[in-house]
Amino acid sequence: MGKERIEKVFKEKLANREKLFVPYIMAGDGGLDILQERIQFLEDSGVSAIELGIPFSDPVADGPTIQKAGLRSLKEGTTLKGVLEKLKEFKEETTVPIIIMTYINLVFRYGLEKFAEDARVAGVDGVIIPDVPMEEEDLVTEYLKRNDIAFIRLVALTSSEDRIKEIARRSEGFLYAVSVMGTTGSRKTHEEQVEDYLKKLKEYSSVPVLAGFGISSVEQARKLSAHCDGVIVGSRIVDLFHEGKEEEVKALIQGSIQKLEPSHQE
Amino acid sequence: MTTYTLPDKRGKFGPYGGQFVPELLMPALIELEEAYETAQNDLQFQKELRYYLKQYVGRETPLYFAEQLTKHVGGAKIFLKREDLNHTGAHKINNTIGQALLTKRMGKKKVIAETGAGQHGVATATVSALFNLDCIIFMGAEDIERQKLNVFRMELLGAEVRSVPNGSGTLKDATNEALRYWASHVNDTHYIIGSAVGPHPFPKMVRDFQSVIGMETREQILQQEGKLPDAVIACVGGGSNSIGMFYPFVEDDEVKLYGVEAGGLGIEKGQHAAAITKGEKGILHGSLSKVLQDDAGQIKEAFSISAGLDYPGVGPEHSYLHETNRVTYESVTDKEALEAFQLLSKTEGIIPALESSHAVAYAVKLAKDMSPDETIVVCLSGRGDKDVAQVQKRLEVE
Repeated sequence: MGKERIEKVFKEKLANREKLFVPYIMAGDGGLDILQERIQFLEDSGVSAIELGIPFSDPVADGPTIQKAGLRSLKEGTTLKGVLEKLKEFKEETTVPIIIMTYINLVFRYGLEKFAEDARVAGVDGVIIPDVPMEEEDLVTEYLKRNDIAFIRLVALTSSEDRIKEIARRSEGFLYAVSVMGTTGSRKTHEEQVEDYLKKLKEYSSVPVLAGFGISSVEQARKLSAHCDGVIVGSRIVDLFHEGKEEEVKALIQGSIQKLEPSHQE
Repeated sequence: MTTYTLPDKRGKFGPYGGQFVPELLMPALIELEEAYETAQNDLQFQKELRYYLKQYVGRETPLYFAEQLTKHVGGAKIFLKREDLNHTGAHKINNTIGQALLTKRMGKKKVIAETGAGQHGVATATVSALFNLDCIIFMGAEDIERQKLNVFRMELLGAEVRSVPNGSGTLKDATNEALRYWASHVNDTHYIIGSAVGPHPFPKMVRDFQSVIGMETREQILQQEGKLPDAVIACVGGGSNSIGMFYPFVEDDEVKLYGVEAGGLGIEKGQHAAAITKGEKGILHGSLSKVLQDDAGQIKEAFSISAGLDYPGVGPEHSYLHETNRVTYESVTDKEALEAFQLLSKTEGIIPALESSHAVAYAVKLAKDMSPDETIVVCLSGRGDKDVAQVQKRLEVE
């Protein structure tokens, strides 16, 4: 469980020459009752871990798609507490690592120490908090560490060489490489510098490097995965689930985790 | 109080403040911090800032003894710091001039800003015209509807006003969108935050640019009265005019400082914008402070007749000054502010902004119980022309 589960699952997938794929879903979008079914569906589709978003009223790192999903979820009455309780109900049946993604105010309000404990009890393996940079991480890392939960750090295209080195040095679970300038779902084309950036991260990081933000197709996923260990896909998955296109979710996942070996390509 | 040197290197005022932003923005904050520090120690920058504040903004602003109001109230002598006489009609421009000059120093050609009622938007659009910067103003869709005249003003000044339909379509949502836009354009764009809020170094920098208010006041009152004031009062939304007024007095223990928050329909009704007195510790828009929020940590909508105070958060330094009891925070309702709006208009021939009317209303309450040889300074942060139509409507209904 915890940090070790992420590292173990990722290692196995990579040893099997698969690329890693982490989908983002908004907890409570469509109600919390479908959460287990959705996690199971993703697990069966071959994902490496699941990033589970908790809705916040003011999500500054998110683009329109996830903002809207958050509002739908808030309307359903979703809370951090409710999600942790729900996860706990079926944690024995979940084998895929679960990573909570939310904003610091929800965690702060919940109580930093209590959150870490309750998250462990609910079977949460990692936490992503996009509005907690290195400068502020002391607020949460101690409690997460005590509960064996990985604090997954983000690195950005604007990060200096020194910051990249330091973030990579501290990284646990995997390193989340934000590969666009902007918010989640940004449609800006991936700039040329992304390739160099991912290569550099791979050099410094002792944990797997996953690229995220703005990835919406198998083609894009494969292109980026070629320079790192895999991808995180959020907005596209959220949209597809919302539109009821589960088969397309599966196709996106399975297309992305395939190895890029010319002999296997049509 | 001993020497006051906050914030510390990490941008903290005790437990408050900090830099709670995505990594993508951190390098821009570091760059800004360095640029600001260099500018502070650069005589040329200070000279340029002083030049524009004097010749363009019209500083210094008078510290006016409101004799008629004082007579009417019967109590302490009330002085008004006339920030309403600044170019563009409010204190906001003290900060936008400073940040625009910094933008130029950083070699950036574009600025963005958030605005609620449009005052900060107009102040930003104004300096953008002056310094030839491209300017986009983010404004909630609801606010655009309510403040059409200010939208036109900003456009006239050459700015693009971008409507934010998300959330409640007000200041908080405009700020979120400005932060998102900044993340996408951080390499060539500076974000001119309009209040003493946001991640470090904004709360410190905005305070410093606004503290010209308190520094002038200190000199002026000593000149006119031969002693420091007994009380200083300012309204608090995000808290920039108030922190600018308070800061130069923080070490003067004998000067009582009062921050006045918007009580809206009444604190007990839950419809207000009193983040310090009724909020809980939390993190909004990059810093730890007091925030209006529910038990789960979702940010609540603020409520006030005055758009400039209608914000669910407050600058981190205010939370600190509250916690250490250096500043007393009170609230004034919409109704009381409206009364003060009319009272000052009738007694002094000065129409105050609805925001500033909150400070005036509290001054009236406080002055009554003080003796005639005591003095109160009120920060009259802006003029009320922008509010006249709204007040007219409201009074016709009543």
